[in-house]
Amino acid sequence: MYDVAIIGAGIVGTSIARELSKFDVSCVVIDKSNDIANGSTKANSGIVHAGYDAKEGTLKAKFNVLGSEMYEGICKELDVPYKRNGSLVLAFSDEDMKHIEMLYNRGLKNGVRELEIIDKNKLLSLEPNLQDNVVGALYAKTGAIVSPFELAIALGENASQNGVEFMLSTVVTKVYKENDLFVIETNNGVIKAQYLVNAAGLFADDINSMLGGQEFKIIPRRGEYCLFDKAVGNMVTRTIFQTPTNKGKGILVSPTVHGNLFVGPNAIEMDKKDDVSTTKEGLEEVIKGGNRSVKGLNPRDIITSFTGVRATPSTGDFVINIPTKNAVNAAGIESPGLTASVAIAPYVVNLLQEQGLRLNRKSDFIATRQNTKLFINMTENEKKEVLKQNPLYGRIICRCEHITEGDIISAINRPLGAKTVDGVKKRVRAGMGRCQGGFCMPRVVEILARELNVSPIEITKSDKDSYILTGETK
Amino acid sequence: MIKKMTCISCPLGCQLEVEVNETIKVTGNKCKRGEEYAKNEVTNPKRVITSTVRVEGGDRPLVSVKTDKEVPKDKIFEIMKEINKIKALAPVNIGDIIIENVLGTGANIVATAKVMKG
Amino acid sequence: MKRDLVIIGGGPAGLAAALEAKKNGIDDILILERDKRLGGILQQCIHNGFGLHIFKEQLTGPEYAQRFIDEVERLGIEYKLDTMVLHLGDDKHITAINPKDGLMEIDAKAVVLAMGCRERTRGALNIPGNRPAGVFTAGAAQRFVNMEGYMVGKKVVILGSGDIGLIMARRMTLEGAEVKMVVELMPYSTGLKRNIVQCLEDFDIPLLFSHTVVKIHGKERLEGVTIAKVDENRRPIEGTEEYIECDTLLLSVGLIPENELSREANIKINPVTSGAYVNELMETSIDGIFACGNVVHVHDLVDFVTEESYLAGYGAAMYIKGQYKKDGKRFNTMGVNGIRYVVPNSICPQNVKGSVNFYMRVSDVYHNVNLIVKDGENIIYKSRKNHVSPGEMENVKLSKEVLEKVDGNELVFSLEEVAK
Repeated sequence: MYDVAIIGAGIVGTSIARELSKFDVSCVVIDKSNDIANGSTKANSGIVHAGYDAKEGTLKAKFNVLGSEMYEGICKELDVPYKRNGSLVLAFSDEDMKHIEMLYNRGLKNGVRELEIIDKNKLLSLEPNLQDNVVGALYAKTGAIVSPFELAIALGENASQNGVEFMLSTVVTKVYKENDLFVIETNNGVIKAQYLVNAAGLFADDINSMLGGQEFKIIPRRGEYCLFDKAVGNMVTRTIFQTPTNKGKGILVSPTVHGNLFVGPNAIEMDKKDDVSTTKEGLEEVIKGGNRSVKGLNPRDIITSFTGVRATPSTGDFVINIPTKNAVNAAGIESPGLTASVAIAPYVVNLLQEQGLRLNRKSDFIATRQNTKLFINMTENEKKEVLKQNPLYGRIICRCEHITEGDIISAINRPLGAKTVDGVKKRVRAGMGRCQGGFCMPRVVEILARELNVSPIEITKSDKDSYILTGETK
Repeated sequence: MIKKMTCISCPLGCQLEVEVNETIKVTGNKCKRGEEYAKNEVTNPKRVITSTVRVEGGDRPLVSVKTDKEVPKDKIFEIMKEINKIKALAPVNIGDIIIENVLGTGANIVATAKVMKG
Repeated sequence: MKRDLVIIGGGPAGLAAALEAKKNGIDDILILERDKRLGGILQQCIHNGFGLHIFKEQLTGPEYAQRFIDEVERLGIEYKLDTMVLHLGDDKHITAINPKDGLMEIDAKAVVLAMGCRERTRGALNIPGNRPAGVFTAGAAQRFVNMEGYMVGKKVVILGSGDIGLIMARRMTLEGAEVKMVVELMPYSTGLKRNIVQCLEDFDIPLLFSHTVVKIHGKERLEGVTIAKVDENRRPIEGTEEYIECDTLLLSVGLIPENELSREANIKINPVTSGAYVNELMETSIDGIFACGNVVHVHDLVDFVTEESYLAGYGAAMYIKGQYKKDGKRFNTMGVNGIRYVVPNSICPQNVKGSVNFYMRVSDVYHNVNLIVKDGENIIYKSRKNHVSPGEMENVKLSKEVLEKVDGNELVFSLEEVAK
């Protein structure tokens, strides 16, 4: 029996889990996937929004601005790459400029700091690779970028260090109340808890229905992305938005915290929640959209493309409410959800407290993570020191990103460590580079098998049916 | 009957035409090897097989092998079965015979790489 | 540490360069190899057909490599395995790392780049669809099957008729997989003829030209691919789509010279080959840094890699000994009319030892053409070709005497139709 069960180990679930782990509360996080951040959190723009976009008075606006202010501190605490690179909303016409003024005023009302409307000259001096037909922009200096899955993993890992349990590969099939306790039936047995948090992302509407909450729907909306080689990672230094139209927010062009460049996402409503395929039309739309903002994007520099699915709520705003006594919904956390999640977490914990959850602060809460630095990011002295302790830091496995065997072993053996090839990739970037694992994947399989003490045949790419090898030769 | 084929005796890849009647007439070849190749291809096609054999006690799990002569093309899969059955013992040197006179073809399966004890 | 010659890469290119430098009087040589053994990609190329030019016999990859490794051992040339070069400066300062020595800082008098190439990936092709397991570059699959002894799938489609893809079609078949087809975007193969015959035709594996994979299906493991015919602009033709059930897709869609280090050292890269511009001694645009093998341009025969690399080793030796003169007359080479590129890119005849073998690729399939080399209007070489293809490298050997007589600033290589 747990005090709190959280369904969903994405950025929302892990944020709440970490927040709860500051208190003497027994908590379990349940996720159907075999790793943290395998849903919408995995394929996300990674933008920490300044907060001018969401309409004043909405939960989106409130938690966006709060979250944006909290981000740098949390990323520093957990050693997650974060960069305040600023963002620009481009205007291509006088009409666009009017819209930008509206966004500027909205930003002021939402409490966003350091907003500025700039003219073409200033804009092109900041970003010389923009198209010539720009006329001006909204410049939000507090806009930032982050690695979304690395943050979720760090939050989960830190929560785990502080006593939160994680039940992965666990599919919730039924939830009901029995004697004031939530009974959660899963493929891995029955879990009981006094309080329940629904952070089930794309499937939060299903969980809400099981809880008997007021009906809402999660509409899956696909967003396709193209990731470009680091060689062109500096084409822009800020995140480049376009003035939103009635068709949507437009395509972004942004550097990533690791020095790549991405273009995307488009927005296409779908029937299926788990369809993460890309389409020819979608990828073409994305590239075309990127070209509208930036000159000289060459599709030859694309190293991979992928699809993320947004959990768009039918209500138009985040659904953060009480579906039934002792439960909290944190649902429909679409953009600016990544930014908002870190602020939603204390709010949800507060809602649990208001319903009777007793919160006593732990004296032994550990706020930071240990040994998170990749070899390549270490100082010369740190490198020499770590090599003395473990010579495997001297063996480069991922040639493109210069990730060592020591880094990979650490990713496997840390709390909630990697168990799959994609798990290693998400934690330490092996296979993220321009060869996309062509060289290192066989080596990563070998290391995973050795460290987890299983046959390489049992190692998967991601979820349980994504086997890589079909057997031995001979 | 005229059969068209690509000579693979060397990287040039001459396009050959082979006329098979009482005698075999080859055209399109730039050297003698082409004629020989074409004649063999229509009468008794042969190939070198390359594969791997499991190694016990080595610094790696497999050693690469080949047939030291060409073997009849239609025996390829039967020979593969023999190759798949056998295990070599480390150390292995290039040229070590792993299977002698495989399936009576007169060809040996020989190692093409070095494996140390490991 | 200070070294006369550092060779980055211990594959066929690096090994040949080392041997030739040693033969030309350089004793202080260090080879840095990132894998656990010397030989490079040859160690996983267990098929035969290597060495016809150099040794006049058909060797397998490991056998070909071992001949050079044995020679390196015999001559006592030093090498470090498991060693990755992290940085290379235009001052020939190298930072390298391995588990045994940790971080190493090396100053070299001369450097030979022999890092080889890597495979193009699915991402580079931007094939739409899912991202399941079961999509491998042919080389990664080859490593699993030949080096580690694991099968990567049971029903296989291969995209691209590059040599590794063809070789893997046969390997997977012999190991019991069903290879359903090889799909090639171009109307011709980029692989060697003999591989098409011995790897596909022998096993009745269909090769579909002017086709490509337009979609990848399967959420976790590959379940199938959609293929389609392409038009002359290589765009998929609507209505020609066909679903092929398979659990494995191997990609053999081209190789890219690995020039990350070269770029770091500010070496000028030829956009056509994606390799460094090199001269008659395989020297790059940076003084004392030489390059050879697949890092310069992708070869199809290792024999040519070896030849080219001997030259780089010789060049580096001349450079270290101060016998390489840079003040002589120099002219450039250029490919036009069907010749996509020529290596080397410039020639100073006084440094040429005997002759220069010019390597080149054509841009399309041509029949009955003359390969001609012109100095201004003067034809200095002409050779009749029945059949040329982008998949098979052409070479032209010109002697020092001929090269010394070149008047102009440019030696132009081209194809011309044979008058009927």
